[in-house]
Amino acid sequence: MSGREEGALHAPAHASHGVRGHGHDQPYTPVFAGERRRQLDELLTRYPTKMAALLPALWMVQETHGWVSEPAMAEVAELLELTPAYVKGVVTFYTMYHQHPVGRHFIQVCTTSPCGACGAEDVARAFLKHTGCGELGVTSADGKFTVIEVECLGACGFATPVMINDEFLESVAPESVPQILASLK
Amino acid sequence: MTAPATAAPAATKMVSLTIEGRQVSVAEGTSILEAAKAAGVLIPHYCYHPGLPVAGVCRMCLVEVEKAPKLAPSCATSVAEGQVVHVHSEKALEARKGVLELLLINHPLDCPICDQAGECELQDYTYVEGRPDSRLRDPKRFNPVEDFGGDVLYVTNRCILCTRCVRFMDTVAEDPVLNVSERGDRAVIGKFEGHDLTHPWAGNVIDLCPVGALLSKDSLNKVRAWELDRTASVCPSCTQGCSMIIETRDNVVARLRPRPNEAVNRFFMCDYGRLNYRWINRSDRVEQPMVRRGDGLVAADWETALRAAADAIRGAKARVVASPMLSNEALGLLARLVRLTGGSGTFHVNRGDVAPLPGVPDLARREDLAANVRGAELLGFTRSDRPLWNLGAGDVLVVADEELAGMDHSAMGTPRDIVVIGTTLPAWAARASVVLPIANFAEEEGTFTNVRGRVQRFMQARQAPGYARPSFAVLGDLLAQLGEQTGFFLASDAFDALAKSESAFAGLSYDALGLKGRMIAGAEGRA
Amino acid sequence: MGYPHKSHPRETTVLSKHFGDPEARSLAGWRQRGGYRALEQALGMGPADIVNVVKESGLRGRGGAGFPTGMKWSFMKPGDGKPHYLCCNADESEPGTFKDREIMRWTPHALIEGCAIGAHAIGAETAYIYIRGEFTEPIKVMEQAVQEAYRDGILGKNAMGTGKRVDVHVHRGAGAYICGEETALMNSLEGRRGNPRIKPPFPAVAGLFGQPTTINNVETLAAVPHILTNGAEWYTGMSLSSPKSTGTKLFSVCGNIRKPGNYEIVMGFPFKDFLYDLCGGPLPGRRFKAIIPGGSSVPIQTLEEAEATMMDYEGFVAQGTMLGSGGVIVFDDSQCMVKQIARLSRFYAHESCAQCTQCREGTAWTTRILERIEVGEGTMEDLDTLLDIAENMTGKTICVLSDSCATPVVSGIQKWRHEFEAHITQKRCPMRTAVAA
Repeated sequence: MSGREEGALHAPAHASHGVRGHGHDQPYTPVFAGERRRQLDELLTRYPTKMAALLPALWMVQETHGWVSEPAMAEVAELLELTPAYVKGVVTFYTMYHQHPVGRHFIQVCTTSPCGACGAEDVARAFLKHTGCGELGVTSADGKFTVIEVECLGACGFATPVMINDEFLESVAPESVPQILASLK
Repeated sequence: MTAPATAAPAATKMVSLTIEGRQVSVAEGTSILEAAKAAGVLIPHYCYHPGLPVAGVCRMCLVEVEKAPKLAPSCATSVAEGQVVHVHSEKALEARKGVLELLLINHPLDCPICDQAGECELQDYTYVEGRPDSRLRDPKRFNPVEDFGGDVLYVTNRCILCTRCVRFMDTVAEDPVLNVSERGDRAVIGKFEGHDLTHPWAGNVIDLCPVGALLSKDSLNKVRAWELDRTASVCPSCTQGCSMIIETRDNVVARLRPRPNEAVNRFFMCDYGRLNYRWINRSDRVEQPMVRRGDGLVAADWETALRAAADAIRGAKARVVASPMLSNEALGLLARLVRLTGGSGTFHVNRGDVAPLPGVPDLARREDLAANVRGAELLGFTRSDRPLWNLGAGDVLVVADEELAGMDHSAMGTPRDIVVIGTTLPAWAARASVVLPIANFAEEEGTFTNVRGRVQRFMQARQAPGYARPSFAVLGDLLAQLGEQTGFFLASDAFDALAKSESAFAGLSYDALGLKGRMIAGAEGRA
Repeated sequence: MGYPHKSHPRETTVLSKHFGDPEARSLAGWRQRGGYRALEQALGMGPADIVNVVKESGLRGRGGAGFPTGMKWSFMKPGDGKPHYLCCNADESEPGTFKDREIMRWTPHALIEGCAIGAHAIGAETAYIYIRGEFTEPIKVMEQAVQEAYRDGILGKNAMGTGKRVDVHVHRGAGAYICGEETALMNSLEGRRGNPRIKPPFPAVAGLFGQPTTINNVETLAAVPHILTNGAEWYTGMSLSSPKSTGTKLFSVCGNIRKPGNYEIVMGFPFKDFLYDLCGGPLPGRRFKAIIPGGSSVPIQTLEEAEATMMDYEGFVAQGTMLGSGGVIVFDDSQCMVKQIARLSRFYAHESCAQCTQCREGTAWTTRILERIEVGEGTMEDLDTLLDIAENMTGKTICVLSDSCATPVVSGIQKWRHEFEAHITQKRCPMRTAVAA
């Protein structure tokens, strides 16, 4: 349902050629073998239901593949005795799970009101300009960057907070963007 | 499952309250919405359905409860002693008007081309309680139509996210193939690639959808709801005997839909039964009585044909092959014919896989794919995969609405004569000396007995073609020709005679069957 | 302390005393600072006694609703044969709020200690700390601290050698504001969409995994060890205005202000002094225009209203707003209120779970109208429509996200109507040109 996104308030992060993990067309390698499987089994001991391990399991998928593909949803569904449709309903609820491959450096700029009032939109613009992405949600031609605006990162006193993959940066100004990007490989 | 609880067992504590000025007493734990129903007040609602768990999300059923700080969702609020509920107060009406406006802002308003038009709850409630104008000045959201597989099409733009379909698949079909995907106003009903709505009962989501978002591919763009005539009937496609409604347009059956019957099928029917209706409209029907003249069958009037049939049978043993799709009344009369002539009766039934609906106890598409197997058995007919057997000169083969398709007709032997009582004229019937045309189940009134022994009435939904007459009338007249007291003009007379003559149906009366049926004496089980 | 700034002399640092001190993060460091004495004490007490102390302290929920904590705990019926759960709400996602983040980053053991005491008090063996997915650093810090606590025998089947079982698990969210709503959080923890549940049943009856559950905010739980150590009277003694509001409270301050950060003050502190004295007042050459004192979901105050406010539960209500989560968002005279309110509305539209009609459709429609007005394409009728939609969105849904979206719209149009009207009559944003010029 490609048309769904037309109503979205924020462009989704999707790209034609993601470089983290497998792409849309490449064969899928299961996540939960070996160490990952052991981690999941350990996790299951923390909850009275298997379903409760769904969010953590999806995190493991994303850490492994860089995004959560449909085959991954099916894998998790089978392990946790859920249906793939159920898992997809959950995945699409939470904005941090990528439903498409994203750039190697996934840059999220908080632009919610408090940061917006402190110039966050200029920071987002600076990232778009210096990464060459040009547009929100579009991955740069080299597959290196994807920039999105994100809703409140919970660090409003440190405007503008920016998350690059799992790294949390505080008080980012438009001027500091080139230097930040230069430090990323 | 949250079952409606308007009627309570004796031990249940009752709660009295006032709804729209009407006093009503209902079982403790009943929702205000159901209590209002019991009081004869319809509270508009979308997500609530008595056959599904309560979701409380559409917020359409908001009512004002005196002394409560906020409007209450009546589907999710239990009654309390002395409660005073206002359904049509200004505050409640304003709230529902607001919900309707919000449901319509992104709705395409394409009622002229929507199959649901005329039976759409969004239309109906908007007509009753909605705004006369639109304040939307912004573009509408757009999503493409999606094929959900099975018989179901999803017209996303019309969806109001009531989640009845999702809840049905989750908790009643227990096959969670639908979900709510995304969130906020981007949310839609979704499924997973390769996992379709192929569950044998999935088609119920079409009925459950209160708007035109889930449509039947089978009836897509075929009929307008207001052109349909609706008749209470019983699904003939298996021995479960789900209560159903036959919807016809211009004497043609266009659609079958479940009719609520708590004792049999709650609110549901299976896709097989739902879609198995084209045969009812068959045009290759026997439309007039026929008798043998030399090598061929020629048209005759009823009196001539009935006399010829009686002549063919008289003095021989009637070997009856009866369809288990015939009514109790017809089978009862055939049973009398068997007894009268010292003959025998058999039936053949096609079998399929059992397909249960897990969320409803004892509800399934049954193995036997005909309505009245139980009735036939109760009336002494024996099941046979090869109902034709070596008939001789002392036998007359009486075939009642059975095409004997796929059977070895050479096994029939050489009966003295063949009498066909039926709706169609298969090739082998050319050997018959008499053909008596009868109505099919949708063209007459009568009763079936389901797998658990529930006797249910079906009404006449369309006219029989040509000179075909109801089966109970034809068989009654035939037996009368043979000296029995069996001339019936009314289905009720035929049934009451059955109840008198056949011990299995003792104690039942046609009027008392109502529209939900009654169990035969000694039967067990809820269905 | 006003982290990242130095502590202001008028602050009262209890929870924030060790913010910025990396040594407080480790178990050893925490012990040196008096940590885990309260837990030891608590494990030696009966649950009812702990609940009583907390009740007497007047501690109220720091997540937003301000419900008395001791009373909430007392709803958990001991000996009902069911597993009880404690949930710690660390989904801090109310725009303007970032206090729990600092508690977890700097004093993870304070929270673990609070969780363990809380679990014991409500008869639970398991506590889950649900942390929003974006808090990568707090998650890492908390996970390390939990591991340390297990290794040291503070947690586990024989907590602190008392034979009592106390498990604490960190659970990571995945990006959904609504999971800060208590029942949505429980659904999320169970592996579902973060949809708020209809109440009743309330969590104390059927919460997480359908079992009796108590859910408390990070700051609430972190305050508990101090109350046990110092006594209820110490806590009730910290109250400058209304006696119904006791103890210290962390306020996060952000937006157009000189010293944004976290400040810990005694309940009832004058808001005016807080803004100008502790937080340094407006940026040079600017004047405060609008203040949202309790996270983005509460009514917006004018400067005059804010300056007359005493900072406690009752004080904010008296000035037409709420203490909420204690996230103070300040807009100065350089900001366009239409733009800010439109942006807030967009946030709620993005975060609506999609269950209730008013919220799903209302938040999105409100956003579209506001954004249209902001670019100069609005009409005067739009303002009436907005207020009407806001009315439709208030008090009619399962949770209050819908109300939260409507609140700033209503207070915004009421208090800054002239700005909306200027956008409509001038067909553009007057601020934008003013700033550019």
